[in-house]
Amino acid sequence: MSSHSYDYLDGNAAAGELSKIFALDVTAAEGQCAHCGATKRFGEAHLYMRGPGVVARCVVCEHVLLRLVNVRQRVFLDMSGMTYWSLDTSLLHQISR
Amino acid sequence: MDIVSRGFSGRRSAADVKLPPGQYLTTDFPVLSAGPTPHVPLDQWEFTIEDGTGVLRRWNWKSFRDLPAETFRADLHCVTRWSKLGTSWEGVSLDTLLADLKTDASHALAHSYGDYTTNLPLSDLMKKQAWVAFRFDGKDLAPEHGGPARLLVPHLYLWKSAKWVRGITLMHQDKPGFWESLGYHNYGDPWREQRYSGE
Amino acid sequence: MWRPGTVVVLHDETATARTITLEVPDWPGHVAGQHVDVRLTAPDGYSAVRSYSIASAPNTEGRVELTVERLANGEVSPYLTQEVAIGDRLELRGPIGGWFVWRTQQTEPIQLIAGGSGIVPLMAMIRSRVAAASIAPFRLLYSVREPGAVLYRDELEALSNHGQPVNLTYTYTRAVPKDWPRPPGRIDAALIATSTWPSNLVPTCYVCGPTAFVENAAGLLSDYGNSADKIRTERFGPTGDRK
Repeated sequence: MSSHSYDYLDGNAAAGELSKIFALDVTAAEGQCAHCGATKRFGEAHLYMRGPGVVARCVVCEHVLLRLVNVRQRVFLDMSGMTYWSLDTSLLHQISR
Repeated sequence: MDIVSRGFSGRRSAADVKLPPGQYLTTDFPVLSAGPTPHVPLDQWEFTIEDGTGVLRRWNWKSFRDLPAETFRADLHCVTRWSKLGTSWEGVSLDTLLADLKTDASHALAHSYGDYTTNLPLSDLMKKQAWVAFRFDGKDLAPEHGGPARLLVPHLYLWKSAKWVRGITLMHQDKPGFWESLGYHNYGDPWREQRYSGE
Repeated sequence: MWRPGTVVVLHDETATARTITLEVPDWPGHVAGQHVDVRLTAPDGYSAVRSYSIASAPNTEGRVELTVERLANGEVSPYLTQEVAIGDRLELRGPIGGWFVWRTQQTEPIQLIAGGSGIVPLMAMIRSRVAAASIAPFRLLYSVREPGAVLYRDELEALSNHGQPVNLTYTYTRAVPKDWPRPPGRIDAALIATSTWPSNLVPTCYVCGPTAFVENAAGLLSDYGNSADKIRTERFGPTGDRK
Protein backbone atom coordinates (compact mmCIF):
# COMPACT_ATOMS: atom_id res chain seq x y z
CA MET A 1 0.00 0.00 0.00
CA SER A 2 1.42 3.41 -0.81
CA SER A 3 0.01 6.83 -0.30
CA HIS A 4 -1.65 8.52 -3.22
CA SER A 5 -0.22 11.90 -2.37
CA TYR A 6 3.55 11.82 -2.12
CA ASP A 7 3.68 14.07 0.90
CA TYR A 8 6.11 11.99 2.94
CA LEU A 9 9.87 11.74 3.16
CA ASP A 10 11.78 8.74 4.43
CA GLY A 11 13.76 7.66 7.47
CA ASN A 12 16.86 9.47 6.20
CA ALA A 13 15.16 12.78 6.94
CA ALA A 14 14.64 11.95 10.62
CA ALA A 15 18.13 10.63 11.17
CA GLY A 16 19.45 13.99 12.34
CA GLU A 17 16.78 14.27 15.02
CA LEU A 18 17.32 10.69 16.11
CA SER A 19 21.08 11.26 16.26
CA LYS A 20 20.35 13.33 19.39
CA ILE A 21 19.33 10.11 21.09
CA PHE A 22 21.01 7.21 19.31
CA ALA A 23 24.75 6.88 18.99
CA LEU A 24 24.34 4.35 16.20
CA ASP A 25 23.11 5.11 12.70
CA VAL A 26 19.34 4.55 12.45
CA THR A 27 18.89 4.69 8.70
CA ALA A 28 20.41 1.23 8.17
CA ALA A 29 18.65 -0.18 11.23
CA GLU A 30 16.13 -2.93 10.61
CA GLY A 31 12.86 -2.58 12.44
CA GLN A 32 9.86 -4.83 12.72
CA CYS A 33 6.44 -3.27 12.53
CA ALA A 34 4.42 -4.21 15.61
CA HIS A 35 1.22 -4.17 13.59
CA CYS A 36 1.92 -6.16 10.44
CA GLY A 37 5.28 -7.77 11.19
CA ALA A 38 7.08 -6.35 8.14
CA THR A 39 10.82 -5.92 8.73
CA LYS A 40 12.36 -3.04 6.81
CA ARG A 41 15.26 -0.60 6.94
CA PHE A 42 14.35 2.55 8.82
CA GLY A 43 15.78 4.62 5.95
CA GLU A 44 12.89 3.37 3.84
CA ALA A 45 10.11 4.15 6.32
CA HIS A 46 7.57 6.80 5.39
CA LEU A 47 8.36 9.94 7.33
CA TYR A 48 6.03 12.78 8.23
CA MET A 49 7.86 15.61 9.91
CA ARG A 50 6.25 18.88 8.98
CA GLY A 51 3.79 18.72 11.85
CA PRO A 52 4.11 19.03 15.61
CA GLY A 53 6.46 16.05 15.68
CA VAL A 54 8.19 13.35 13.68
CA VAL A 55 6.09 10.34 12.71
CA ALA A 56 7.57 7.30 10.97
CA ARG A 57 5.16 4.82 9.40
CA CYS A 58 5.46 1.29 8.07
CA VAL A 59 5.66 1.23 4.27
CA VAL A 60 3.47 -1.86 4.17
CA CYS A 61 0.59 -1.05 6.52
CA GLU A 62 1.15 2.68 7.31
CA HIS A 63 0.84 2.13 11.06
CA VAL A 64 3.00 4.32 13.24
CA LEU A 65 6.45 2.85 13.94
CA LEU A 66 7.93 5.71 15.90
CA ARG A 67 7.03 9.21 17.06
CA LEU A 68 9.33 11.95 18.34
CA VAL A 69 8.47 15.33 19.82
CA ASN A 70 10.85 18.05 20.99
CA VAL A 71 9.47 19.75 24.08
CA ARG A 72 11.82 22.49 25.23
CA GLN A 73 14.64 20.70 27.06
CA ARG A 74 13.17 17.24 26.57
CA VAL A 75 12.66 14.80 23.74
CA PHE A 76 9.63 12.51 23.86
CA LEU A 77 10.08 9.24 21.99
CA ASP A 78 7.48 6.57 21.39
CA MET A 79 8.73 3.41 19.73
CA SER A 80 5.80 1.18 20.66
CA GLY A 81 5.06 0.72 16.95
CA MET A 82 8.10 -1.51 16.53
CA THR A 83 8.60 -4.87 18.17
CA TYR A 84 12.35 -4.43 17.82
CA TRP A 85 15.06 -2.44 16.18
CA SER A 86 18.36 -3.96 15.09
CA LEU A 87 21.28 -1.55 14.68
CA ASP A 88 24.82 -2.07 13.40
CA THR A 89 27.32 -1.29 16.16
CA SER A 90 30.02 -0.50 13.63
CA LEU A 91 27.93 2.43 12.30
CA LEU A 92 28.44 5.05 14.96
CA HIS A 93 26.73 7.97 13.30
CA GLN A 94 29.52 10.41 13.95
CA ILE A 95 32.28 8.19 12.67
CA SER A 96 32.36 7.66 8.96
CA ARG A 97 35.60 5.90 8.13
CA MET B 1 27.34 27.84 20.79
CA ASP B 2 24.68 30.12 19.36
CA ILE B 3 25.26 31.37 15.89
CA VAL B 4 22.95 33.99 14.49
CA SER B 5 22.58 33.74 10.74
CA ARG B 6 23.24 37.21 9.36
CA GLY B 7 20.23 38.49 7.45
CA PHE B 8 17.97 35.47 8.06
CA SER B 9 14.42 36.04 9.18
CA GLY B 10 12.50 33.13 7.78
CA ARG B 11 9.07 33.28 6.28
CA ARG B 12 7.46 35.46 8.91
CA SER B 13 5.57 38.69 8.46
CA ALA B 14 5.43 41.63 10.79
CA ALA B 15 2.13 41.79 12.58
CA ASP B 16 0.47 44.87 13.89
CA VAL B 17 -2.31 42.66 15.14
CA LYS B 18 -2.31 40.98 18.47
CA LEU B 19 -1.23 37.36 18.23
CA PRO B 20 -1.02 34.77 20.96
CA PRO B 21 2.41 34.68 22.59
CA GLY B 22 5.15 33.13 20.47
CA GLN B 23 3.16 33.10 17.26
CA TYR B 24 3.99 34.72 13.94
CA LEU B 25 1.70 35.67 11.12
CA THR B 26 1.57 33.71 7.89
CA THR B 27 -0.30 34.41 4.69
CA ASP B 28 -0.05 30.94 3.22
CA PHE B 29 -1.69 27.86 4.68
CA PRO B 30 0.96 25.35 5.69
CA VAL B 31 0.08 21.70 5.35
CA LEU B 32 1.18 19.72 8.37
CA SER B 33 0.31 16.12 8.94
CA ALA B 34 1.19 13.01 10.88
CA GLY B 35 0.27 10.58 8.17
CA PRO B 36 -0.97 10.02 4.65
CA THR B 37 -3.91 12.05 3.38
CA PRO B 38 -6.93 9.78 3.49
CA HIS B 39 -9.10 9.80 0.40
CA VAL B 40 -12.64 9.20 1.53
CA PRO B 41 -15.27 8.83 -1.17
CA LEU B 42 -18.32 10.85 -0.22
CA ASP B 43 -20.60 7.85 -0.63
CA GLN B 44 -18.66 6.12 2.13
CA TRP B 45 -18.12 9.09 4.43
CA GLU B 46 -19.86 9.19 7.75
CA PHE B 47 -19.71 11.09 11.01
CA THR B 48 -20.75 9.40 14.24
CA ILE B 49 -21.21 10.36 17.84
CA GLU B 50 -20.67 7.45 20.13
CA ASP B 51 -20.10 6.67 23.74
CA GLY B 52 -18.95 3.55 25.53
CA THR B 53 -22.17 1.76 24.68
CA GLY B 54 -22.41 2.37 20.97
CA VAL B 55 -23.29 4.77 18.22
CA LEU B 56 -25.68 7.48 19.37
CA ARG B 57 -25.90 9.40 16.13
CA ARG B 58 -24.72 8.84 12.60
CA TRP B 59 -24.79 10.95 9.46
CA ASN B 60 -23.77 10.09 5.95
CA TRP B 61 -22.65 12.86 3.60
CA LYS B 62 -26.16 13.56 2.37
CA SER B 63 -27.80 13.71 5.77
CA PHE B 64 -24.85 15.72 7.10
CA ARG B 65 -25.17 18.28 4.32
CA ASP B 66 -28.89 18.51 4.93
CA LEU B 67 -28.18 19.90 8.38
CA PRO B 68 -28.22 23.67 8.85
CA ALA B 69 -24.72 24.99 8.24
CA GLU B 70 -23.20 28.38 8.84
CA THR B 71 -20.38 30.45 7.47
CA PHE B 72 -17.95 31.89 9.94
CA ARG B 73 -14.49 33.40 10.26
CA ALA B 74 -11.74 32.01 12.41
CA ASP B 75 -8.19 32.80 13.44
CA LEU B 76 -6.01 29.70 13.32
CA HIS B 77 -3.08 29.20 15.68
CA CYS B 78 -0.79 26.25 15.09
CA VAL B 79 1.49 25.04 17.83
CA THR B 80 4.36 25.12 15.32
CA ARG B 81 4.03 28.91 15.73
CA TRP B 82 2.25 30.10 12.63
CA SER B 83 -1.06 31.93 12.84
CA LYS B 84 -3.44 32.64 10.01
CA LEU B 85 -6.09 35.22 10.71
CA GLY B 86 -9.59 35.81 9.41
CA THR B 87 -9.99 32.54 7.55
CA SER B 88 -13.46 31.84 6.23
CA TRP B 89 -15.25 28.55 6.61
CA GLU B 90 -18.58 26.86 6.25
CA GLY B 91 -19.58 24.06 8.56
CA VAL B 92 -22.11 22.47 10.85
CA SER B 93 -21.88 23.57 14.45
CA LEU B 94 -21.26 20.89 17.06
CA ASP B 95 -24.20 22.48 18.89
CA THR B 96 -26.35 21.24 16.00
CA LEU B 97 -24.75 17.78 15.98
CA LEU B 98 -25.07 17.43 19.76
CA ALA B 99 -28.51 19.04 20.00
CA ASP B 100 -30.86 17.34 22.46
CA LEU B 101 -28.29 14.67 23.22
CA LYS B 102 -28.59 13.57 26.81
CA THR B 103 -25.18 12.76 28.15
CA ASP B 104 -23.22 13.16 31.33
CA ALA B 105 -19.93 12.71 29.52
CA SER B 106 -17.28 15.25 30.45
CA HIS B 107 -14.85 14.79 27.59
CA ALA B 108 -14.71 13.93 23.93
CA LEU B 109 -12.16 12.18 21.75
CA ALA B 110 -12.31 13.27 18.13
CA HIS B 111 -11.08 10.61 15.73
CA SER B 112 -10.21 10.83 12.09
CA TYR B 113 -9.94 8.67 9.03
CA GLY B 114 -6.43 7.33 9.42
CA ASP B 115 -5.43 7.01 13.05
CA TYR B 116 -5.38 10.55 14.37
CA THR B 117 -7.14 11.41 17.59
CA THR B 118 -7.37 14.45 19.81
CA ASN B 119 -9.16 14.98 23.13
CA LEU B 120 -10.96 17.96 24.62
CA PRO B 121 -13.55 18.78 27.28
CA LEU B 122 -17.04 18.31 25.87
CA SER B 123 -17.93 21.84 26.92
CA ASP B 124 -15.26 23.16 24.53
CA LEU B 125 -17.20 21.64 21.65
CA MET B 126 -20.37 23.51 22.55
CA LYS B 127 -21.63 27.08 22.64
CA LYS B 128 -20.52 28.09 19.17
CA GLN B 129 -16.93 27.06 19.73
CA ALA B 130 -16.66 24.13 17.32
CA TRP B 131 -17.75 23.03 13.86
CA VAL B 132 -17.41 20.18 11.44
CA ALA B 133 -16.25 22.30 8.51
CA PHE B 134 -16.50 21.31 4.85
CA ARG B 135 -15.76 24.50 2.96
CA PHE B 136 -12.76 26.80 3.26
CA ASP B 137 -12.35 30.14 1.54
CA GLY B 138 -15.48 29.58 -0.54
CA LYS B 139 -14.44 26.20 -1.94
CA ASP B 140 -14.85 22.59 -0.91
CA LEU B 141 -12.25 21.76 1.72
CA ALA B 142 -9.24 20.22 -0.02
CA PRO B 143 -8.02 16.82 1.18
CA GLU B 144 -4.62 18.21 2.21
CA HIS B 145 -6.40 20.59 4.59
CA GLY B 146 -8.69 17.93 6.00
CA GLY B 147 -11.40 17.50 3.39
CA PRO B 148 -14.10 16.32 2.96
CA ALA B 149 -14.65 17.58 6.52
CA ARG B 150 -12.55 18.49 9.51
CA LEU B 151 -13.18 19.51 13.05
CA LEU B 152 -12.55 23.18 13.68
CA VAL B 153 -12.05 24.44 17.24
CA PRO B 154 -10.37 27.82 16.75
CA HIS B 155 -10.01 28.77 20.40
CA LEU B 156 -7.47 25.98 20.87
CA TYR B 157 -4.24 25.20 19.02
CA LEU B 158 -4.92 23.82 15.58
CA TRP B 159 -3.87 20.25 16.40
CA LYS B 160 -7.21 19.99 18.20
CA SER B 161 -9.00 20.72 14.90
CA ALA B 162 -8.78 17.15 13.67
CA LYS B 163 -8.50 16.84 9.90
CA TRP B 164 -10.54 14.13 8.17
CA VAL B 165 -12.74 13.85 11.24
CA ARG B 166 -15.03 10.84 11.31
CA GLY B 167 -16.64 11.16 14.70
CA ILE B 168 -16.38 11.93 18.36
CA THR B 169 -16.47 9.52 21.25
CA LEU B 170 -18.02 10.84 24.45
CA MET B 171 -16.09 9.89 27.55
CA HIS B 172 -16.53 10.14 31.28
CA GLN B 173 -12.81 10.24 31.77
CA ASP B 174 -10.31 12.23 29.78
CA LYS B 175 -8.00 10.26 27.51
CA PRO B 176 -5.08 11.88 25.68
CA GLY B 177 -5.04 11.80 21.91
CA PHE B 178 -2.22 11.41 19.40
CA TRP B 179 -0.10 14.42 20.33
CA GLU B 180 -1.39 14.87 23.88
CA SER B 181 0.08 11.49 24.72
CA LEU B 182 3.55 12.53 23.58
CA GLY B 183 4.39 15.80 25.26
CA TYR B 184 1.78 18.23 24.01
CA HIS B 185 -0.54 20.03 26.38
CA ASN B 186 -3.75 18.31 27.24
CA TYR B 187 -5.88 21.43 26.70
CA GLY B 188 -3.93 23.74 24.37
CA ASP B 189 -5.04 27.35 24.88
CA PRO B 190 -2.86 29.51 22.61
CA TRP B 191 -3.50 32.64 24.65
CA ARG B 192 -2.02 31.02 27.73
CA GLU B 193 0.64 29.46 25.48
CA GLN B 194 -0.24 25.93 26.54
CA ARG B 195 1.90 24.14 23.99
CA TYR B 196 3.46 21.33 26.00
CA SER B 197 2.48 19.16 28.94
CA GLY B 198 3.47 20.59 32.25
CA GLU B 199 2.83 24.23 31.26
CA MET C 1 26.02 18.29 18.31
CA TRP C 2 25.85 21.45 16.19
CA ARG C 3 29.15 22.68 14.87
CA PRO C 4 29.89 25.91 13.02
CA GLY C 5 31.06 25.89 9.43
CA THR C 6 32.49 28.96 7.72
CA VAL C 7 31.58 29.72 4.13
CA VAL C 8 34.80 29.82 2.13
CA VAL C 9 33.66 29.36 -1.46
CA LEU C 10 30.44 30.12 -3.30
CA HIS C 11 29.89 28.79 -6.81
CA ASP C 12 26.74 29.10 -8.87
CA GLU C 13 26.03 25.82 -10.63
CA THR C 14 22.95 27.01 -12.52
CA ALA C 15 20.62 30.00 -12.41
CA THR C 16 18.96 28.54 -9.33
CA ALA C 17 21.53 26.29 -7.68
CA ARG C 18 24.63 27.22 -5.76
CA THR C 19 27.40 25.17 -4.19
CA ILE C 20 28.53 26.37 -0.78
CA THR C 21 31.91 25.17 0.50
CA LEU C 22 32.20 25.18 4.25
CA GLU C 23 35.30 24.86 6.35
CA VAL C 24 34.40 22.89 9.47
CA PRO C 25 36.96 22.59 12.28
CA ASP C 26 37.22 19.05 13.62
CA TRP C 27 35.08 17.68 10.80
CA PRO C 28 35.19 13.91 11.30
CA GLY C 29 34.99 13.15 7.59
CA HIS C 30 32.08 11.61 5.78
CA VAL C 31 31.02 8.83 3.44
CA ALA C 32 29.50 9.60 0.04
CA GLY C 33 25.72 9.80 0.30
CA GLN C 34 25.58 11.24 3.79
CA HIS C 35 23.91 14.54 4.53
CA VAL C 36 24.11 17.33 7.06
CA ASP C 37 21.37 19.24 8.81
CA VAL C 38 21.85 23.01 8.52
CA ARG C 39 20.37 25.30 11.16
CA LEU C 40 19.72 28.99 10.61
CA THR C 41 18.87 31.23 13.55
CA ALA C 42 17.32 34.68 13.24
CA PRO C 43 18.32 37.38 15.72
CA ASP C 44 15.09 36.87 17.68
CA GLY C 45 15.86 33.19 18.18
CA TYR C 46 13.58 31.81 15.47
CA SER C 47 15.34 28.90 13.82
CA ALA C 48 14.85 26.68 10.81
CA VAL C 49 16.56 23.36 10.06
CA ARG C 50 16.96 21.77 6.64
CA SER C 51 18.83 18.70 5.43
CA TYR C 52 21.31 18.95 2.54
CA SER C 53 23.27 16.15 0.98
CA ILE C 54 27.03 16.53 0.94
CA ALA C 55 28.17 16.98 -2.66
CA SER C 56 31.90 16.58 -2.14
CA ALA C 57 33.88 13.37 -2.02
CA PRO C 58 35.27 12.29 1.33
CA ASN C 59 38.41 14.27 2.07
CA THR C 60 40.76 15.01 4.92
CA GLU C 61 40.73 18.77 4.58
CA GLY C 62 37.79 19.50 6.83
CA ARG C 63 35.79 20.93 3.94
CA VAL C 64 32.22 20.10 3.01
CA GLU C 65 30.41 21.14 -0.15
CA LEU C 66 26.65 21.50 -0.23
CA THR C 67 24.72 22.18 -3.43
CA VAL C 68 21.46 23.98 -2.70
CA GLU C 69 18.63 24.39 -5.20
CA ARG C 70 16.58 27.55 -4.71
CA LEU C 71 12.88 26.86 -4.31
CA ALA C 72 10.45 29.65 -5.19
CA ASN C 73 8.52 29.34 -1.94
CA GLY C 74 11.40 28.13 0.16
CA GLU C 75 12.14 29.57 3.53
CA VAL C 76 15.80 28.61 3.70
CA SER C 77 16.99 27.95 0.15
CA PRO C 78 16.57 31.57 -1.04
CA TYR C 79 18.72 32.65 1.90
CA LEU C 80 21.41 30.06 1.20
CA THR C 81 21.53 30.68 -2.53
CA GLN C 82 21.31 34.47 -2.51
CA GLU C 83 22.11 35.97 0.89
CA VAL C 84 24.92 33.93 2.33
CA ALA C 85 28.36 35.48 1.88
CA ILE C 86 31.94 34.33 2.22
CA GLY C 87 32.85 34.46 5.87
CA ASP C 88 29.34 33.75 7.14
CA ARG C 89 28.93 30.87 9.54
CA LEU C 90 26.29 28.15 9.39
CA GLU C 91 25.54 25.55 12.02
CA LEU C 92 25.78 21.93 10.87
CA ARG C 93 24.80 18.63 12.42
CA GLY C 94 26.28 15.45 10.99
CA PRO C 95 27.39 13.72 8.87
CA ILE C 96 24.23 11.68 8.96
CA GLY C 97 23.27 8.40 7.33
CA GLY C 98 24.56 4.86 7.10
CA TRP C 99 22.17 3.33 4.59
CA PHE C 100 22.11 5.63 1.60
CA VAL C 101 25.90 5.59 1.27
CA TRP C 102 28.47 4.22 -1.14
CA ARG C 103 31.69 3.03 0.42
CA THR C 104 34.88 2.71 -1.57
CA GLN C 105 35.16 -0.94 -0.55
CA GLN C 106 32.10 -1.75 -2.66
CA THR C 107 33.08 -3.38 -5.98
CA GLU C 108 29.72 -4.39 -7.43
CA PRO C 109 28.06 -2.50 -10.31
CA ILE C 110 26.35 0.67 -9.14
CA GLN C 111 23.17 2.10 -10.64
CA LEU C 112 22.48 5.73 -9.78
CA ILE C 113 19.14 7.37 -10.61
CA ALA C 114 18.76 11.08 -9.89
CA GLY C 115 15.69 13.30 -10.08
CA GLY C 116 16.53 17.01 -10.13
CA SER C 117 18.60 17.97 -7.11
CA GLY C 118 18.66 14.29 -6.16
CA ILE C 119 21.91 14.27 -8.15
CA VAL C 120 23.77 15.82 -5.21
CA PRO C 121 24.46 12.74 -3.02
CA LEU C 122 24.98 10.63 -6.14
CA MET C 123 27.60 13.13 -7.34
CA ALA C 124 29.37 12.64 -4.03
CA MET C 125 29.40 8.92 -4.77
CA ILE C 126 30.80 9.50 -8.25
CA ARG C 127 33.44 11.86 -6.90
CA SER C 128 34.30 9.38 -4.19
CA ARG C 129 34.75 6.64 -6.76
CA VAL C 130 37.07 8.81 -8.83
CA ALA C 131 39.11 9.97 -5.84
CA ALA C 132 39.55 6.40 -4.64
CA ALA C 133 40.41 5.14 -8.15
CA SER C 134 37.81 2.45 -7.65
CA ILE C 135 37.02 0.12 -10.53
CA ALA C 136 33.36 -0.35 -9.60
CA PRO C 137 31.32 0.23 -12.76
CA PHE C 138 28.86 3.12 -12.41
CA ARG C 139 25.79 4.00 -14.45
CA LEU C 140 23.86 7.22 -13.91
CA LEU C 141 20.36 7.93 -15.15
CA TYR C 142 19.80 11.66 -14.51
CA SER C 143 16.34 13.14 -14.91
CA VAL C 144 15.86 16.91 -15.02
CA ARG C 145 13.08 19.22 -16.14
CA GLU C 146 15.07 20.83 -18.92
CA PRO C 147 18.69 21.05 -20.08
CA GLY C 148 19.48 24.23 -18.15
CA ALA C 149 18.74 22.43 -14.90
CA VAL C 150 21.58 19.94 -15.16
CA LEU C 151 24.04 20.26 -12.28
CA TYR C 152 27.77 19.52 -12.66
CA ARG C 153 27.39 19.23 -16.43
CA ASP C 154 31.04 19.72 -17.41
CA GLU C 155 32.27 17.36 -14.75
CA LEU C 156 29.75 14.71 -15.75
CA GLU C 157 30.67 15.11 -19.42
CA ALA C 158 34.32 14.52 -18.61
CA LEU C 159 33.52 11.47 -16.54
CA SER C 160 31.25 9.88 -19.12
CA ASN C 161 33.29 10.25 -22.25
CA HIS C 162 34.47 7.07 -23.89
CA GLY C 163 36.55 4.99 -21.55
CA GLN C 164 35.60 7.01 -18.50
CA PRO C 165 34.08 5.56 -15.36
CA VAL C 166 30.46 6.67 -15.55
CA ASN C 167 27.93 5.61 -18.16
CA LEU C 168 25.56 8.60 -18.28
CA THR C 169 22.02 8.91 -19.62
CA TYR C 170 20.06 12.14 -19.40
CA THR C 171 16.31 12.24 -19.49
CA TYR C 172 14.04 15.28 -19.45
CA THR C 173 10.57 15.78 -18.06
CA ARG C 174 9.51 19.16 -19.47
CA ALA C 175 11.75 20.35 -22.31
CA VAL C 176 14.30 18.42 -24.33
CA PRO C 177 17.40 19.55 -26.28
CA LYS C 178 17.09 19.97 -30.04
CA ASP C 179 16.83 16.67 -31.93
CA TRP C 180 16.46 14.67 -28.73
CA PRO C 181 15.19 11.18 -29.61
CA ARG C 182 12.85 10.86 -26.66
CA PRO C 183 9.92 13.20 -25.90
CA PRO C 184 9.83 14.81 -22.44
CA GLY C 185 8.35 12.61 -19.76
CA ARG C 186 8.85 10.53 -16.65
CA ILE C 187 11.21 7.62 -16.51
CA ASP C 188 9.44 4.53 -17.80
CA ALA C 189 10.13 0.80 -18.09
CA ALA C 190 11.66 1.17 -21.55
CA LEU C 191 14.22 3.68 -20.31
CA ILE C 192 15.12 1.48 -17.37
CA ALA C 193 15.64 -1.43 -19.76
CA THR C 194 17.89 0.51 -22.10
CA SER C 195 19.94 2.55 -19.68
CA THR C 196 20.34 0.69 -16.40
CA TRP C 197 22.36 -2.35 -15.43
CA PRO C 198 20.68 -5.64 -16.27
CA SER C 199 19.26 -6.83 -13.00
CA ASN C 200 21.01 -10.20 -13.23
CA LEU C 201 24.27 -8.35 -12.61
CA VAL C 202 22.83 -7.58 -9.17
CA PRO C 203 23.77 -3.90 -9.04
CA THR C 204 23.30 -1.85 -5.91
CA CYS C 205 20.88 0.92 -6.91
CA TYR C 206 20.64 4.37 -5.39
CA VAL C 207 17.60 6.50 -6.24
CA CYS C 208 17.32 10.08 -5.01
CA GLY C 209 14.95 12.94 -5.73
CA PRO C 210 11.45 14.16 -4.91
CA THR C 211 9.23 11.52 -3.36
CA ALA C 212 7.02 10.93 -6.40
CA PHE C 213 10.13 10.54 -8.59
CA VAL C 214 11.68 8.03 -6.22
CA GLU C 215 8.51 5.95 -5.95
CA ASN C 216 8.28 5.77 -9.74
CA ALA C 217 11.92 4.95 -10.39
CA ALA C 218 12.29 2.50 -7.50
CA GLY C 219 9.12 0.73 -8.56
CA LEU C 220 10.43 0.39 -12.10
CA LEU C 221 13.77 -0.97 -10.86
CA SER C 222 11.89 -3.51 -8.84
CA ASP C 223 9.69 -4.49 -11.79
CA TYR C 224 12.87 -4.89 -13.81
CA GLY C 225 14.10 -7.60 -11.46
CA ASN C 226 16.18 -5.75 -8.87
CA SER C 227 15.37 -7.00 -5.41
CA ALA C 228 14.21 -4.60 -2.72
CA ASP C 229 17.33 -4.95 -0.61
CA LYS C 230 19.39 -3.81 -3.60
CA ILE C 231 17.43 -0.59 -4.07
CA ARG C 232 18.32 2.22 -1.70
CA THR C 233 16.31 5.39 -1.76
CA GLU C 234 16.43 8.92 -0.41
CA ARG C 235 13.42 11.19 -0.79
CA PHE C 236 13.34 14.93 -0.88
CA GLY C 237 10.07 16.80 -0.34
CA PRO C 238 7.53 17.01 -3.11
CA THR C 239 8.95 20.40 -3.96
CA GLY C 240 12.49 19.10 -3.76
CA ASP C 241 13.12 20.64 -0.37
CA ARG C 242 13.86 18.20 2.38
CA LYS C 243 11.36 19.13 5.03
